[in-house]
Amino acid sequence: MNYSKLNLTGSSATHIRTASGTRQMMAAVLTALLPALGFAVYNFGPRPAVNALVSIAGCCVCELLFRLARRQDMTVGDLSAAVTGLLLALSCPVTVPYWLLLLGDLIAIVVVKQLFGGIGRNLLNPALAAQTLLALLWRGEMTLWTAPHTAVPLWGAVDAAAMPAPLELLRANDLAGLRELYSLPELLVGLTSGAAGEVSALLLMAGGLFLIGRRTISWRIPAAFLGTAAILTFVFAWGNDRTEWMLCQLLSGGLLLAAFFMAADPVTSPISPAGQLLYGAGCGFLTVLLRYYGPLAEGAGCAVLLMNLLARPLDAYLLTGHIDRPALPELPKMAGKSKTKHL
Amino acid sequence: MTHGLLGGGYPLREKNAAFDKPIEPLPPPPRVVLPMPLQGGVPCRPGVKAGDYVTVGQKIAEGLPAVHTPIAGRVSTVSPQVQPSGTSVLSVVVDNDFSGALCPAVRPPENPDRLTARQLLSLLESSGITEWNAPHLPIHKKIAAGMGRADTVIINACESEPYLAANNRLALEYPEQLLGGAGVLARLYGVDRVHIALEREKREAIQVLRAKIQELRAPAVVDALSLRYPQSAEKPLCRALTGRRTPPGASAAAIGCAVVDAPAAAALYEAVFHGRPLTHRIVTVAGSGIQAPRNLLCPVGVPIRFLLDACGGVDPKTFKILLGGPMTGHAQYDMDAPLDSSAAAVLAFCADEERSSAHPRCIRCGRCVSVCPVGLRPVVLYRYEQAGRLDRLRQAGLADCIECGACTYVCPGRAPLLQSFRTAKERLGKEEA
Repeated sequence: MNYSKLNLTGSSATHIRTASGTRQMMAAVLTALLPALGFAVYNFGPRPAVNALVSIAGCCVCELLFRLARRQDMTVGDLSAAVTGLLLALSCPVTVPYWLLLLGDLIAIVVVKQLFGGIGRNLLNPALAAQTLLALLWRGEMTLWTAPHTAVPLWGAVDAAAMPAPLELLRANDLAGLRELYSLPELLVGLTSGAAGEVSALLLMAGGLFLIGRRTISWRIPAAFLGTAAILTFVFAWGNDRTEWMLCQLLSGGLLLAAFFMAADPVTSPISPAGQLLYGAGCGFLTVLLRYYGPLAEGAGCAVLLMNLLARPLDAYLLTGHIDRPALPELPKMAGKSKTKHL
Repeated sequence: MTHGLLGGGYPLREKNAAFDKPIEPLPPPPRVVLPMPLQGGVPCRPGVKAGDYVTVGQKIAEGLPAVHTPIAGRVSTVSPQVQPSGTSVLSVVVDNDFSGALCPAVRPPENPDRLTARQLLSLLESSGITEWNAPHLPIHKKIAAGMGRADTVIINACESEPYLAANNRLALEYPEQLLGGAGVLARLYGVDRVHIALEREKREAIQVLRAKIQELRAPAVVDALSLRYPQSAEKPLCRALTGRRTPPGASAAAIGCAVVDAPAAAALYEAVFHGRPLTHRIVTVAGSGIQAPRNLLCPVGVPIRFLLDACGGVDPKTFKILLGGPMTGHAQYDMDAPLDSSAAAVLAFCADEERSSAHPRCIRCGRCVSVCPVGLRPVVLYRYEQAGRLDRLRQAGLADCIECGACTYVCPGRAPLLQSFRTAKERLGKEEA
């Protein structure tokens, strides 16, 4: 046979790679979030789906334009911007104005992600950072919760159907009021008021377990996060029924979404197993602290953001090879400063 | 230690079309190309010149290792020839006269059973035996360095990489040779028994070996391991078998282990009991571009094209041809490059199974850390490499990287980890020299 006619490629080893790339990981995260989005549509009508599409489009356009402007390679195809868009839409109230959502996309993609160098270099989870900023600056819009089984119009909000979210009742130490409005099974299934994608605890857990099973995320972070939060709320329960208080805390607000989809984001969490456990436990501790004494009803978002900042220092101490233990300043320095383009 | 898991493991049989194919001899090739071993970058001087007649098993160079011709015929030229690495090296080219005339020097030693360890060693000096991962380290040097220090002697019959099946076939079809090699090793190292390590999936081979051990009362024991690439590499293998961990910067000898790969062990038997030097290798020819995957017994130095021809040629869409395994092998352009004594496979791929990316990007997922068999942190090493911090790389243990490519295999961001580590090692080596 004449081998000189072959169009052969040369390259250095390794010559085979796993099929599971960044894009496949992100696609798995999108898939894992779909059930929760579907339930939001069932609960509130088509508005959550429209929100999600708008937010995903917003994130992708921001990423595209930013990288075009900086003459960098295109990264929209890795779907990480789409994940950010979907997470932001799911962690906002159903009635969030579109302009606010798009502003959140801009903050998430440009300020939190791209200015730090894009995926793999951002210190904070983009969706979470944007959502927290919006919640602090636009408290009215960001805490306008709609009662379950309300068809939300595609444009505008429905003040009449507003209802306190379970977490706000817990913050006010009104377990009786919560009991009057929603039963525990309703909290579990998600027939409550709240952010579009945060209501269905059951489907979020299913999505999270799917990701853990696929090894897209580490089991250590959600396990340590939820475990610590459960123990703390059980030990320091407000009221008589410790178990009920603990379950209400775990099933309401953004705790599950944060634990499985924000805190476990591999880019902004530690790599070392011990670091992941500490980080998860820190998230749980800060969540309970902020929920009890913080300025907002929800504390999970801020808790994860604070722990995001600690992720790389934790790795600097705990991600040891078999030889050395790098001095503390090393990891953050090389992670943040290098402007190598193809990284 | 975290064993390399490669995203859930790399099943031995999956994508291993040659696993159950028996060993067939390659049709005698019209010529072989025998490169002279390099010493300090300079090829050693061949003992023959153009026009000389050589016979099977004749020693043609006294290098490290010694070189023997696998065929009989006339030396057509002694000149630089292209090698799998892409460079040209001074080589002896022998044209086959298909007579198969045996060199008179190839004869069984007298009383091979009574030789002392010292005598065995000197016998091996001219055998030309090397291991797949150390083509420039003759086996007698390696054994001499470990004698008296090793209490656990391991014959590594695991496949070194996916797609490869040569060791499976060797254990199945040549158990006497393998166990004979175990006997030689037991005498050399002064141990009661030698461990033969292979993957649990090789059920037939394990059965055959265990039955033969009973039958021959061979000083060997079979250890079946669960395969996780790169468990067949020396350090992970020692750890899996003995639980001992090789300290940074040390070799297996430091923890009382000696590892010899299965082809070398079988060659030891051939050398000691029949006086035959190492002139042939079992090579797996496979991959999506190969019409008929096979395991071939090939003379060393045969140009790659004859192996491909023997398997029905390659698919016209073939994209990449490799000498060696898919994790660490070398891409080939010139099919006249000879099979070297360390290659256990020739692979042809029709598609970009590397899934390379024009813009690789580390996303800090940490999968590389969880699969590294020697406990390094490729994510950190990669960033040091990108930043050009050679000092930091050295400190972080780059020298202990065994270049298995597991990190590169799992990287979702498609970062060229292994490539960058190899370059960095070269630069470090130059800096130290």
